Amino acid sequence: MIVPIEVTYDKEIDARDGLCPGPLLELIRGIRSMSVGAIVAVLASDPGSAKDIPLWIERSGHEYLGAYDERDYTRFVVRKSH
Amino acid sequence: MNKRMSLVVSSGTTDKLSSVASLVAGAAAMEVDVELLLTFWGLEAFRKGARERPPRFDAAYADDGAALVARMQARSAPHWLDTLRDARSIGSIRIYVCSASLELLGLTLADLEDVVDEVTGVATFVDRAKDADIAMFV
Repeated sequence: MIVPIEVTYDKEIDARDGLCPGPLLELIRGIRSMSVGAIVAVLASDPGSAKDIPLWIERSGHEYLGAYDERDYTRFVVRKSH
Repeated sequence: MNKRMSLVVSSGTTDKLSSVASLVAGAAAMEVDVELLLTFWGLEAFRKGARERPPRFDAAYADDGAALVARMQARSAPHWLDTLRDARSIGSIRIYVCSASLELLGLTLADLEDVVDEVTGVATFVDRAKDADIAMFV
């Protein structure tokens, strides 16, 4: 997929070395630390997180901006809605 | 109101405690409130200095355990205690110890890691667990 070049991340969390559910917890902490409207990206490479992160984003009510596959990891992007 | 999960943690091996910690972390992420009851070897594993003690596995898995530990180290897998601490910072996690086990192991609350919240009785724990959405014995 093509990464939208106009998206500027307010926070990027590199959780590529993480094991499920580590990347998800890092994303949650990252989002909590930001203001409403902030765009947060988390980089993860484990298959569990690839399921957990989109699910959490959907349940959380924040705006899911998509998942972008890069070389050997995926970038999940979310905008804090509340 | 949040869903609830009650776990009795009776096992003290590294694989079981790592699984417990992962489940608790997943629950915290999904706003499922968790209550743990530590008994016997699960309780014993929470003696202060848990991170410094070597991993433990059931005798039948001793050889596999060594290989597993090597991969955990190579992968920088977090210690189960740190995963539990992480989970506590994200969600509602209460860790209780069974008073009978505590006494039989010759321990007091002060001997345990600070993530342990309080001593309880089994009837009190079961009374709350009966209304939990998820209940498990590990």
